[in-house]
Amino acid sequence: MSYGSKPLVRTPPFVDYGTNTGSEAVPMTERSLMWRIAGGSGDGIDSTSQNFAKALMRSGLHVFTHRHYPSRIRGGHTYVEVRADSEPVRSRGDGFNFLLALGDSFARSPDEDAYYDNEELKPLVEHFDDLNEGGVLVYDSGFADEEDIEAVGLHERAEAEGWHVYPVDLRAIAREHGREVMRNTAGVGATAALLGMDTSYFEGLIEGAMSGEVMEANLTILDQAYQAALEFEFTHDLRVPDGTHEQEQALVSGSNAIAYGALDAGCRFISGYPMTPWTDVFTIMSQNLPNFGGISEQVEDEIAAASLAIGASHTGVKAMSGSSGGGFALMSEPLGLAEMTETPVVLVEAMRAGPSTGLPTKTEQADLEHVLYTSQGDSSRVVTAPGNQFEAYEQTRELFRIAYEYNLPAILLYDQKLGGEMRTVPASFFDREPDPAPGAVLTEDELSEAAHDAAGKYKRYATDGAEDGVNPRSVPGQKGGRHLTTGNESMAVGHISEDPDNRNAQVDRRLRKLDAIRTELDEQETSHQTAHGPPEATHGLLTWGSNQDTVFEAVDRLNARGHEVKALGVSDLMPYPELEVEAFLESVEACLVVEMNATAQFRGLTQKELGRFGPKLSSLLKYDGEPFEPGEIIDGFEANVEQTGPPTGNIKLVPGAGD
Amino acid sequence: MTAFSAIGEEREIDRHEFTPEVEPQPTWCPGCGDFAVLKALKQAMPEVGRSPEEVLLVTGIGCSGKLSSYFESYGYHAIHGRSLPIARAAKLANPGLEVVAAGGDGDGYGIGANHFMHTARENHDMTYIVFNNEIFGLTKGQTSPTSPKGHKSKTQPHGSAKDPVRPMSLSLASGASYIARTAAVNPRQAKEILVEAIRHDGFAHVDFLTQCPTWNKDAKEYVPYTDVQDDDEFDFDVTDRREAAEAMYDAESRLYEGEVLTGRFYRQRNRLPYDEEKQATGEMPSEPLAERYFDEDAEWERAADELISRHT
Repeated sequence: MSYGSKPLVRTPPFVDYGTNTGSEAVPMTERSLMWRIAGGSGDGIDSTSQNFAKALMRSGLHVFTHRHYPSRIRGGHTYVEVRADSEPVRSRGDGFNFLLALGDSFARSPDEDAYYDNEELKPLVEHFDDLNEGGVLVYDSGFADEEDIEAVGLHERAEAEGWHVYPVDLRAIAREHGREVMRNTAGVGATAALLGMDTSYFEGLIEGAMSGEVMEANLTILDQAYQAALEFEFTHDLRVPDGTHEQEQALVSGSNAIAYGALDAGCRFISGYPMTPWTDVFTIMSQNLPNFGGISEQVEDEIAAASLAIGASHTGVKAMSGSSGGGFALMSEPLGLAEMTETPVVLVEAMRAGPSTGLPTKTEQADLEHVLYTSQGDSSRVVTAPGNQFEAYEQTRELFRIAYEYNLPAILLYDQKLGGEMRTVPASFFDREPDPAPGAVLTEDELSEAAHDAAGKYKRYATDGAEDGVNPRSVPGQKGGRHLTTGNESMAVGHISEDPDNRNAQVDRRLRKLDAIRTELDEQETSHQTAHGPPEATHGLLTWGSNQDTVFEAVDRLNARGHEVKALGVSDLMPYPELEVEAFLESVEACLVVEMNATAQFRGLTQKELGRFGPKLSSLLKYDGEPFEPGEIIDGFEANVEQTGPPTGNIKLVPGAGD
Repeated sequence: MTAFSAIGEEREIDRHEFTPEVEPQPTWCPGCGDFAVLKALKQAMPEVGRSPEEVLLVTGIGCSGKLSSYFESYGYHAIHGRSLPIARAAKLANPGLEVVAAGGDGDGYGIGANHFMHTARENHDMTYIVFNNEIFGLTKGQTSPTSPKGHKSKTQPHGSAKDPVRPMSLSLASGASYIARTAAVNPRQAKEILVEAIRHDGFAHVDFLTQCPTWNKDAKEYVPYTDVQDDDEFDFDVTDRREAAEAMYDAESRLYEGEVLTGRFYRQRNRLPYDEEKQATGEMPSEPLAERYFDEDAEWERAADELISRHT
């Protein structure tokens, strides 16, 4: 796909993986199943939803999940949404159409003066505003009795919204045939009956994961709840979609994709400190590195975490670390050290809503400026933000390649949304050769030919080397490679130097590497930026990171509604993809920049990098901790072009202004 | 076939090899105790059979941090307080290296104290030299974590109200397996202690008293000193944790009364260094990880083979 006369946007990888569904005769929201399971933290909502999603995948459907959980130890309303369709799914969709409400078994007792209301019923009540018209609602009548139901006004709401309500005593079924905690399984059985699903996929998952009495109990409960739900007279039309896969699918999260990309890039060292939501990547790496012959270190703080990764990398190992906002702030100093010493390292930053502790389990994209600019001095780092699981895997690998070929730090910036959401990816996507190449580093043979001072000290930081500014490393223990590495400005052999001419030459050399990287990326066959929609469209949507596929879904629906819209999802943040974004913005009359923060950080970056387009750029912002739904982007877009006033809900439209 | 042929090479090593020709002369003040650390380290390395290119010397920031500029080896002059996390990862990545970390009392007992505690606890097989001059020297004479109570400086004009850190007691409580104190004024003992510390299989902490004649004029020159191993008053078993704790406490208290007690204070028996502990759990490869990246025949695991089946 290309814009204007210059084919700057190259074949987007998006098309290759069969995830581009193109224009739709029937909007996906109307034909997808959007199933939500709600309960308390600690009730097994997450694992049940994963099994549910996997069963749908095995039945031939494409799946996308969205996790919502509180920052709380036990209890607290949590839900997972699973959207399934015969076509690849790109976002959580708008609202949802099937609620399985289990009740919160760790709920606190209601108290008049306490800020929380009846927590036990929240997994039911808090979904009333999101459940779509005509939706299906199953609740556990063993948890909420008729008195509760009257009190929350379910009947009135159901009548007004045309919901189809099915009370099932899931608790009793679970207690009778197993233990109360197994009411998850009962809920899945009831769901299967009401949606006309084949239970064999669930049985297969139960048999694969459990054994003995527990397995038997779960199988019985699944069947009993299924039979119980069949007794109802079905008043709803919603059924599970039909689908078949042309090739085997894998259900992976963004965190899986990042970790697997790192392992396939030859990363064999990680150091970290736990922090939500980065902990997922750290955990996946730590669980797998021993089998991959690598090392994982959980250390005292994030300063140490980043420093260990630098130490391992300096000693010849491909290494990574990472954190979320507050922990990443502690990495500022070692990040600058990696830039100054030209030590390659890959850091990942999993954004959550800030500032400070913020909303620890909710998503946001407000760490952009923090990650681009933190640490003193002029930055020489590479930053990309993948849009989905495919890009997360690809870009993690690419960042390792760039970090180690150019000897600088590279940062993968993602968020709670991408890290936690799962989607179906063709298993063959991961069938790649690993890339353990250590990059710009010399062997002892090569060192014997390299430039040294008279005493035999390697000129690791020479300023008269390659045009792209890259000097290859040597590694401690190599003969002929000794030199000093320092966070001070240094001369060729690494000793401290305050000479003004040397200073200029070193700064320029470090920055030249960024220019070389941009040139190399621009010349590659595939771009990290992904375009979507008709190239001749007059209106643009510009976004970055994990919003990308939600925006693309909105683009398809907007075109179906008669608008002429296309979108560009940007991943490269430093060095910025000037040519691609410039071409995109030149090709449209107006552009709406979609991002999850309150201060339009990406729009600001774009204006700073391109130095123009200010009046053309409006912003659509969301910062309530929840990701955009495609419908919100449609509303925001239409409100902007039709000037109908501010859109409703927790989104904010900021019209364009000067540069 | 190793990619790191400097490691374990059998040859005669001369201490002059450890003097960098590009910067042979340190810029420390005349009479500074730091010269003694440099000299002792240059003497110790040939004695333990290590050559410049199998040594990684990681330093912090301060007068002490310049050690890596004046000592020829692979050097990493890091940031203030962070020498230890860099050094210990290097040791994990390539256990064949001789890893030495060094910094001042502000570096190790102040800004980097958390790293000091945890590196000691983990018992990495490396040596940590703390240049303890009881002052911030490079920034011109501010009170440091080991400055005595009542110490007056530009930043504590009415005298410090804080009790000083007890370096050896902190080290013992944290889990270091070798703890000694030496002084710049006792070069023979300093060299011997560094040799022992380097040979020790585990985290060896040397609190090195380095007088600062410029910014800590009031402080002693650390003379006269007493070697606790040579004095009948101090008859304690360095391998007995309780006796060692008492001796350290005594030495730390008496330093501020003008009495300089040096020597070996603690050596833990039968404790495995961290890399061996980690290997025993199955979470660290038996071959140096760094070698793998230079071995063209190495086999590399793939996510596709090991991990994807659990997602299908």
